Amino acid sequence: MALLEVRDLHVGIEDCEILRGLDLTVNAGEVHAIMGPNGSGKSTLSRVISGKPGYQVSAGQILFKDEDLLAMEADERAAKGVFLAFQYPVEIPGVTTMNFLRAALNAQRKARAQMEFSTPDFMKRVREVAKSLNIPQGMLKRGLNVGYSGGEKKRNEILQMALFEPSLCILDEIDSGLDIDALRIVAGGINALRSPERAMIVITHYRRLLDHIVPDVVHVMSKGQVRKSGGKELALELEARGYAQFEDAA
Amino acid sequence: MKQIAAKAAAGRAIDNVFAAAHGRLPGSGPVAHIRARAFEAYERAGLPHRRIEAWRYTDLRALIGAVLPLAPQPDAVALVRAAASVKQAAVDQAVKLVLVDGIFAPELSDVGRLENGVDVRSLREVLENSTDSAIASLVLSTTTDAMISLNAAMATDGLVITIAEGKALKRPIQIVHVATGSLASNFTRSYLQLGHGAYAAVLESFVSTEGASGYQINDATIALVGDEASLSHIRLAADAADAVNISSGIIAVGARAKLDLFSMTCGGSVSRYQGFVTLAGEGSKLSANGVNLIRHKQHVDTTIVVDHAVPHCTSGEKFRAVIDDCGCSVFQGRIVVRPGAQKTDATLTTRALLLSDEAEADNKPELEILADDVTCGHGSTSGALDGTLVFYLRARGLSEKDAQALLIRAFLGEAIEEIATENLRDFVTAQAEHWLQARR
Repeated sequence: MALLEVRDLHVGIEDCEILRGLDLTVNAGEVHAIMGPNGSGKSTLSRVISGKPGYQVSAGQILFKDEDLLAMEADERAAKGVFLAFQYPVEIPGVTTMNFLRAALNAQRKARAQMEFSTPDFMKRVREVAKSLNIPQGMLKRGLNVGYSGGEKKRNEILQMALFEPSLCILDEIDSGLDIDALRIVAGGINALRSPERAMIVITHYRRLLDHIVPDVVHVMSKGQVRKSGGKELALELEARGYAQFEDAA
Repeated sequence: MKQIAAKAAAGRAIDNVFAAAHGRLPGSGPVAHIRARAFEAYERAGLPHRRIEAWRYTDLRALIGAVLPLAPQPDAVALVRAAASVKQAAVDQAVKLVLVDGIFAPELSDVGRLENGVDVRSLREVLENSTDSAIASLVLSTTTDAMISLNAAMATDGLVITIAEGKALKRPIQIVHVATGSLASNFTRSYLQLGHGAYAAVLESFVSTEGASGYQINDATIALVGDEASLSHIRLAADAADAVNISSGIIAVGARAKLDLFSMTCGGSVSRYQGFVTLAGEGSKLSANGVNLIRHKQHVDTTIVVDHAVPHCTSGEKFRAVIDDCGCSVFQGRIVVRPGAQKTDATLTTRALLLSDEAEADNKPELEILADDVTCGHGSTSGALDGTLVFYLRARGLSEKDAQALLIRAFLGEAIEEIATENLRDFVTAQAEHWLQARR
C-alpha cells in the first residue's frame, strides 16, 4: 500500500486549470523530489495535498493511507500526519512560538485521541529539538516568526516537523532564501527525520538542495503534470539540459 | 412627520420620568437647582440623534427610542440576587463598592477593608448634606453632551472617593454596578479625586443578575488626577444582552500625572463609553486603550476626546474591536491640541476585525491641531482575519474556530497588554477568553 497516491488530479483556481491530470505515488520511507519550472504547479500540488481552501478539484483523487484526503479539512489532514513546510512561513505577532507549538501539538494529539502533553514534558521535548536545530531558547518566546531571519523561519518549520512527527512531509522550496550554512542545518534536520515509516516530498528549483537531501525518486513537473520520473541522476540531467525539453513535450 | 412624532414622544416620556423621579433624587437647595438646570439642558436637546455630529453613528432616538423610568429602590430580594452577581464579577484582592439598581449597597461592599487615606462616601450622602453649591456643581459637572446633562439631573447615587496626597493604594478599588430589574433606568454618578502624588487603580464593572433585562444604564465618572498622581481606570461592561449602557467619563489630569484608561465592552445591545480627558498640567501622560467584543446585533461605541490643553503632554491610544454576526462597532477618537500646547505627542490607532460579512465598523479619528510644534498621528484599519494565517494554523492541526480564536486573542492582546497591573490584565484577558469560548 502506498502512503500517498495521487490519481489523475485536475485542480484549478478560478477559471484557470493548474494541475492537469497529475499522478504520483509515494511509499513510506521514500524521499521524492519534485522539480520543474515556475508555474508548473509544484506549489499548488503541495497546497492541495495539505488542504488549502480556494482550489477547485474537478477530477481525480488523493489517497493517504488509503483514506480520501480531499474529504478532510486541513486540520484533520495534519492530525492524520500530513505536514507542509511553507515556502513563506507566516508571522503572527502576539502568539509566541512556544504557545503556538503547544496549541498545535495538543490539537493534533486531541484529534488522534491521544493524551495532551504535560507542560514539563512538552518543554523538554521542544528544548531538545530546538537544540539540535541550533534554535536559541529566546527565539521561542518571541511572536511566531516575528523578526526571524529567512533561515530562522525555515528552521522553525523543521522544528515543527520534528515535534509533530508526521508521516508525510512536504517541503515547499525549503531552500529558498537560505545561505549555505543555513541550508546545511536545515538539510541536517530533515535528514535526521528520514525513517522507514515516513515519506518526504521535496519541492525545489535547484539541484543544490538534493546534494544534501538525497532523493530516492526525482519527478519533473511541467504544465500541471509529472512529465518524467527517475532516480537522483535525473536532477543532474536537468541541471545540464534545463526544463525546455519537458515544456516542448507538453 | 414620523420623526417629529418620535421626538415628541421621546420628550414626553422623559418629562414623565423626571417628574416621577422627583421625590427620589437626593439633594435640595443648590443641588436641586443644578439638577433642574441640567434637565433643562437635556430637554432642549433631547435624546442624541444622528444629526448631532458626536452621536452620528449612535443614534439613540433610532436605537433606544426613549428613556425608561427610574428603577425602584432595590429590596432585600434584589440585594440577595445582586450578591451572587457581585461574587462572580469580583476581582481578587479588590475592595468592592457595590451599586445595585443605581443605589449604593454598603451591605455588599467592603467599606471596612478600605485603606487609610481613602475616604469613600455615597453620592446620596454628599448631595443630601451639601449646602455648599461649589461641591455640588463639581460633583454634578456637565458638558454640552445631553446624556451627561440627563445624568446630572437624574443621578440617584454613586461614590465620592478621595485619595489623600501621597497615598498609594495597595489594592484596587472595584465599583460594581449591578442591575436586577427590567425595563427601568439606573442613573449613577461617581466622583474620584486623587491628591498630589497619590496612586490608585479603580475598576468599574457593569453586570446584571439573572433575569434582569431591557434595562438602561446612564453612568458618569468625574475624576481629578492631582499633580504627580497616577490613576489606572479600567471599565468592563458585561451587561445583559438586551440592555443599554451609556457611560461617560470626564477626567482632568494634573502636571506630571499619569492616567491609564482601559475600556472593554462585551455585553449589552446598545453601549457607548465616551471619555473626555483633559491633559491640564504640563508633562502629564495618558494611555487610553480598549477592546470591544461585539456579536449578534450589538452596537458598541467608544468615543474618546483628548484635550491637550498645555505643552509637553503625551497621549497614546490603542483600541481594538472584534465584530461578529450583524454587530456594529463605532470608534471615534478626537485629539485636540490647544494653541500653545507645544511639544505635544499624541498617537491613536484603532483596528477593527470583522468576522462576518454583515459586521460593521465605523472609525472616525479626528485631529484638531492648533499648535505648530507637535507630533500627532493616527491610524485606522478594519478587515477580516487573514486567510493565509488561518490556513497556516489549520495546516498545523488547529480547527477553524481554534485558529480564529488564537488570532483574535493575539489581536486583542495588543491593547490588553497595555494594562500595567498584572492581576487586572489577567482579569481582562479571562473576560475576553470567556467571550471567545462562547463563540465555539
